[in-house]
Amino acid sequence: MLIKTVFSGFGGQGVLSMGFTMANAAMLEGRYVTYLPSYGVEVRGGTANCTVVVSDEEIASPVASEPEFVVAMNQPSFVRFQSILQSGGLLCVNSSLVNTSSARGDIEILAVPTSELAEKLGQIKVANMVMLGAFIKASNIVSFDFLVEHLAEILGEGKSKLIKLNRDALELGYNFIKE
Amino acid sequence: MKKIYTRPASLKEAHFHYCPGCGHGIINRLIAEVIDEMGLRGKAICVAPAGCGMLVYNYFDIDTLESAHGRGAAVATGIKRVRPDNLVFSYQGDGDLAAIGTAEGFHAANRGELITVIFVNNGVYGMTGGQMAPTTLKEQITTTTPSGRNPVSAGHPVRVCEVFSVLDGTSYLERVAVNSPSGIKKTKKAIAKAFQHQINRTGFSLVEILSPCPTNWKMSPIESFRWIDEVMTKQFPLGVIKEVKC
Amino acid sequence: MKRLMSGNAALGEAAILSGCTCYFGYPITPQNELTEYMAKRMPESGGVFIQSESEIAAINMVLGASVAGARAMTSSSSPGMSLKQEGISYLAADELPAVIVNMVRGGPGMGNISPAQSDYLQATRGGGHGDYRTIVLAPSSVQELVDIVPLAFDLADAYRNPVIILGDGMLGQMMEPVDFSDIKKPKDYPKDYILTGAENRPSRMVRSLLFDTKEEEEHNWKLYRKFQRIEANEVRCETFMTDDAEIVVVAYGIAARIAKGAIKRLRQENIKAGLLRPITLWPFPSKNIVELARYVNDFFVFEMSTGQMIEDVKLALSGRGHVNFYGRPGGVIPTPIELARIVSRHYYQTQKVKRQ
Ligand SMILES: Cc1ncc(C[n+]2csc(CCOP(=O)(O)OP(=O)(O)O)c2C)c(N)n1
Repeated sequence: MLIKTVFSGFGGQGVLSMGFTMANAAMLEGRYVTYLPSYGVEVRGGTANCTVVVSDEEIASPVASEPEFVVAMNQPSFVRFQSILQSGGLLCVNSSLVNTSSARGDIEILAVPTSELAEKLGQIKVANMVMLGAFIKASNIVSFDFLVEHLAEILGEGKSKLIKLNRDALELGYNFIKE
Repeated sequence: MKKIYTRPASLKEAHFHYCPGCGHGIINRLIAEVIDEMGLRGKAICVAPAGCGMLVYNYFDIDTLESAHGRGAAVATGIKRVRPDNLVFSYQGDGDLAAIGTAEGFHAANRGELITVIFVNNGVYGMTGGQMAPTTLKEQITTTTPSGRNPVSAGHPVRVCEVFSVLDGTSYLERVAVNSPSGIKKTKKAIAKAFQHQINRTGFSLVEILSPCPTNWKMSPIESFRWIDEVMTKQFPLGVIKEVKC
Repeated sequence: MKRLMSGNAALGEAAILSGCTCYFGYPITPQNELTEYMAKRMPESGGVFIQSESEIAAINMVLGASVAGARAMTSSSSPGMSLKQEGISYLAADELPAVIVNMVRGGPGMGNISPAQSDYLQATRGGGHGDYRTIVLAPSSVQELVDIVPLAFDLADAYRNPVIILGDGMLGQMMEPVDFSDIKKPKDYPKDYILTGAENRPSRMVRSLLFDTKEEEEHNWKLYRKFQRIEANEVRCETFMTDDAEIVVVAYGIAARIAKGAIKRLRQENIKAGLLRPITLWPFPSKNIVELARYVNDFFVFEMSTGQMIEDVKLALSGRGHVNFYGRPGGVIPTPIELARIVSRHYYQTQKVKRQ
């Protein structure tokens, strides 16, 4: 099994840390993983994206030609990345910002109002973690329980004060998705 | 019988290749004498330039590296950072330090690298046949300024010590000349002082030495010694340009 | 324990573990993470870090540190590598070890900051002036990057020659799990040439100026013999699914990763494709290619350039087999699907020709 996901949005929406968090969790689970950030100038201000490949065997290419999953946090990245999604793939959109009326007919759309949900926690900054929680529920790429259990290790030193907030955000997103 | 004059131990048994009346030979000898007198022969590492001073490694009996044209200060930086207890100095001409190697010299000075630059200012590119150097005087004739250096198109003579003096990393900058016995004595003192600044880790030190080049100046040695006093020092005043307490 | 790290940062850590005590660098994307990593880690590990005023200064600082006996490294990306060539030529002439990293980006000129492989010829032909070669290592994953760094320092010391690690923007910036536990303490290389001050020994000089043409010629032949020894002993390459291959893709670095993905797809289509991946670009695995040519007729060179390594493949084959090419220059990242389509189309076209 080899799963490719593109996380995309504005620079500053935390899309790179979304991808990094999932990649780190997958690595700690003992899987093969590559994380490819988008380049330099794109990161500053404009759109940012990263590709995470998770696999049970060695990964040949870190480039996602036809990813199985796309997470789009804003309208431009929705437009840009829905076109490369595999037929039958899943597109998670931040419905607080993205209008999906132009979506392709052969893909599945999962709308998550991340801004509204994050505001419930009083912290719009963790909208990315809300989305990640929802995405993990929908995609099942890594174990949610494993992620929550190892959150301190995954987020790394320097984020120790933010563990509770991040966990709440992940859980909020996770529980937002019905079975 | 008392010996009053001998070859310094830091000089090899070799004949200088320099032209008659050239200042490089005097300067080489002064450096060797200072190294001997300060007991630094086992510690000194010299970085030689591209230029007339390039063959100093044939004369100095100390560890020596020849660098690419203008890169002496960067190479010396690398050596000194690895061997902070050695005495590391670069030997550079005016083309080497003030044209092609401006960035390397300027930034080593600005970082306050604990190295010494022996800067030989002879107003021309000696080795390549007397072309204009950054230090060539206004109206001075060289092979690439056949009707005299015109500042409008060729710029002005660069005063390296003064430029470096505003950099906070520099601790000792002196301009001297080797065109007279008293000038030679002062030059030797200046070299020793610059080395002392390095040893005391006060900062970057540089001695600018006005040095005759009779061949390319198209003068006799005597004329060129006089020319330094009468013309060159008007643009390049002698003396300590900067000295931080050491 | 594995850590998820970018190629640039992992390279820095591997260098420190390999005994590198001096790093000199000048900012340029896409290798800044390495300079920034070294700025933090070098002082922690008791080493030297300088952000130099230019790439020219950086390579000369490396030269100084190397002649003083230290393991020294600098890194840059394409435009900066052009500036380093002067220093690399002097390092080769002076026979001084050094490791130089190039995270290649699209060019020529300013180009862009996307990954490319357009500096192959510059790296493998010496790059600067004069008759010399540099050893060129081209890893294709972050872990291999980590494994290759101690090798780079060892080869530099063993042969007293500059070694270039040729990566690209993608390898530098992508993250993969890495493990540093295989890096051993560097062994001691006797260094009787370094400058330490002539204390209780004759003075030494290190120079490249040899006015006497006979002496310079002798020096050139001496270097040449060293390069021949390197060619005989240090070739490294990887093959993948070549045992029954009818068509062999030749690709290095990140392009080889993409090619592996393509080959897996081609195999699903029952096209017997394999991969030869040079790890040392100089010395080039010519013999390994010739060996394959005994039963493979079709070679497909794949590069993120308009075709540079293809010259070495053709030289190796000297007329044997067919050499085809697919390249994407300018910082474009091709995909495995794209390459698979190209190779597959070529395969069916040549099958058709054979049937006719
Ligand atoms: C990159 C490079 N460009 C040019 C030269 C040729 N070159 C050798 S010495 C020299 C000028 C030296 O002049 P200066 O530094 O004033 O020293 P002088 O010979 O006058 O003592 C030049 C241009 C070189 N060696 N390297």
